[in-house]
Amino acid sequence: MSVVAAPRPVGVDLQENEETRAIVEAIEADNDDLTVRHMPGIVRLTKEGQLVINQESVEGRLGRPWETHEFQLAMISYFGEFVEWDDDRIVIAWKH
Amino acid sequence: MTVPTQKPARKLTMQQRYAALTHDLDWDPTYVAEEEIYPFTTFEGIKVHDWSKWEDPFRLTVEAYNKYQAEKDRRLYAVLDGFAQSQGQLSLTEGRYMNAMKIFLQGIPSGEYQAHRNFSHLARYFNGPGARFASLCQSMDELRHAQTEIHTLSHYNKYFGGMHDWNKMSDRVWYLSVPKSFFDDAGTAGPFEWLIAIGFSFEYLLTNLLFVPFMSGAAFNGDLPTMTFGFSAQSDESRHMTLGLEGIKFMLEQDEDNLPIVQAWLDKWFWRGYRLIALVAGMMDYMLPKRVMSWKEAFELYFEEQMLNGLFKDLEYYGIKPPRHVQWAIDEKEILSHQVYWVLYQFSHAAAFTTTIPNEEDQAWLESAYPETWPVFKSVVWDKAQRVVDSGGRYFNPGLPQLCQICQIPMGFTEPGNPLVQCQRHSIYEGERYDFCSDGCQWIFDREPEKYVQAWLPVHQIYQGNCGGPTLPDVAVWYGLEPGDAGEYIGSMDHQDWLKWHASSIKEG
Ligand SMILES: [Fe+2]
Ligand SMILES: [Fe+2]
Repeated sequence: MSVVAAPRPVGVDLQENEETRAIVEAIEADNDDLTVRHMPGIVRLTKEGQLVINQESVEGRLGRPWETHEFQLAMISYFGEFVEWDDDRIVIAWKH
Repeated sequence: MTVPTQKPARKLTMQQRYAALTHDLDWDPTYVAEEEIYPFTTFEGIKVHDWSKWEDPFRLTVEAYNKYQAEKDRRLYAVLDGFAQSQGQLSLTEGRYMNAMKIFLQGIPSGEYQAHRNFSHLARYFNGPGARFASLCQSMDELRHAQTEIHTLSHYNKYFGGMHDWNKMSDRVWYLSVPKSFFDDAGTAGPFEWLIAIGFSFEYLLTNLLFVPFMSGAAFNGDLPTMTFGFSAQSDESRHMTLGLEGIKFMLEQDEDNLPIVQAWLDKWFWRGYRLIALVAGMMDYMLPKRVMSWKEAFELYFEEQMLNGLFKDLEYYGIKPPRHVQWAIDEKEILSHQVYWVLYQFSHAAAFTTTIPNEEDQAWLESAYPETWPVFKSVVWDKAQRVVDSGGRYFNPGLPQLCQICQIPMGFTEPGNPLVQCQRHSIYEGERYDFCSDGCQWIFDREPEKYVQAWLPVHQIYQGNCGGPTLPDVAVWYGLEPGDAGEYIGSMDHQDWLKWHASSIKEG
């Protein structure tokens, strides 16, 4: 049996603070049609299909080296699946 | 003499580091049978053919784990220090806000500790190194959650009632048997069922509803420490959600025969978890003086949208269906918080928190969040409670409530589609009658009656004489309640203190 994955939203909730501002900006720059919702202390980013976090984009905005592991410090929650988590990027999508 | 040329060592990629420092440290036993080393992974009927297929997308090593967890703790404790130093408790929105945190402290850290113990069991007894290491990380996280929650809320214990004996209370007090029995139930299951119960059904499906709106609510009500520990714990939660998701997918991919077992566990644990967080619904809508979103909105956002329209479409591929009683939960979203808070209100004379009738501002918010159901509840319940107050009294229910045998919540839920008719189901097992709040709880009982006839039901225990004595004051002493812990908020010790602190700050300022 195989089911074709229609694009469905995936997303991530991040802490809204100075540390994560650069990450949010990087995600906004690298993901078209991103939906951004602000709640007290939280910024929620959602997108149809897949959401990508690029190390290079984050480092460019932070002005310092940034390991993708550090994304864990910013993240409150997510939905979708981490289909890729490497040195240079993180990808959230549904597999099926 | 020639020296062999040596290339400088190349830095390993994240993937290589993880493989070398996690999977490669495992070995195949040669002189002891595998079943002797891992004796708990077969009796539940889950078939596993290749443990190396377990994926951990986080690719953490011990070194990376320690580094980031230490950083999380450093950040949290800096905030706690600053808050205590600046007398932060004075800038909460209102003193009554703290009631939500009392229930949190009484109910949650012991659950975290239970999670710590059971994940450390998985960290020892799962056959595969990937699954063991992810479980080990989660086990350490859960201990950290218990500790940071206790540390964080200990500051408030200096100023507010109800927080002094949270540990004893979590073992004894009636409403706290709801979370306690939930974790006892999961912890007495096998390792795979535990993973579906806690890792998948609770962490992935439902935990967002507990932490995200609640911690955002803490941020909104001036509770900086709770917001910070909440988000700090929640940052671990992303790994826990992943462990749950990898766990269910691993079982489903390993063998087709696992599907019906996993589906039944999912059906059971969705309903158990959903009933547990009903307490959160009441806290969110009624106990936070300033709200970020309603229970209904949070349920739609974090459950219907993300899980039913996202995750379950993904799991369909494996033949998994949405949880059996999910429609009942959807139908309840308009009424759940009203019913739960009404239970808390009428029994708060026997609780370690206080409650009060929603004030004008609260009522206006409830009206806008629940335009259909709030007016009905207001006229059926709160207008009457208000008349009692107007005539100088306060309504408390003089009896002891009947509890659901499974979720252990007092029977205050209603028939689907009719919010004014109480729902009651029962099953007969070995000549005894057992009562339930819903089809979901009855279904869980009927699958495993021999397990649930053993439930420690607080009301039964009082009647059997196991809770300090026959009268309410006897039971209150046994619960560890002190003067000012229970009852009505208006005029309570917390309320009087709150007014005093702020009156003097106006005078001095
Ligand atoms: Fe936890
Ligand atoms: Fe129940």
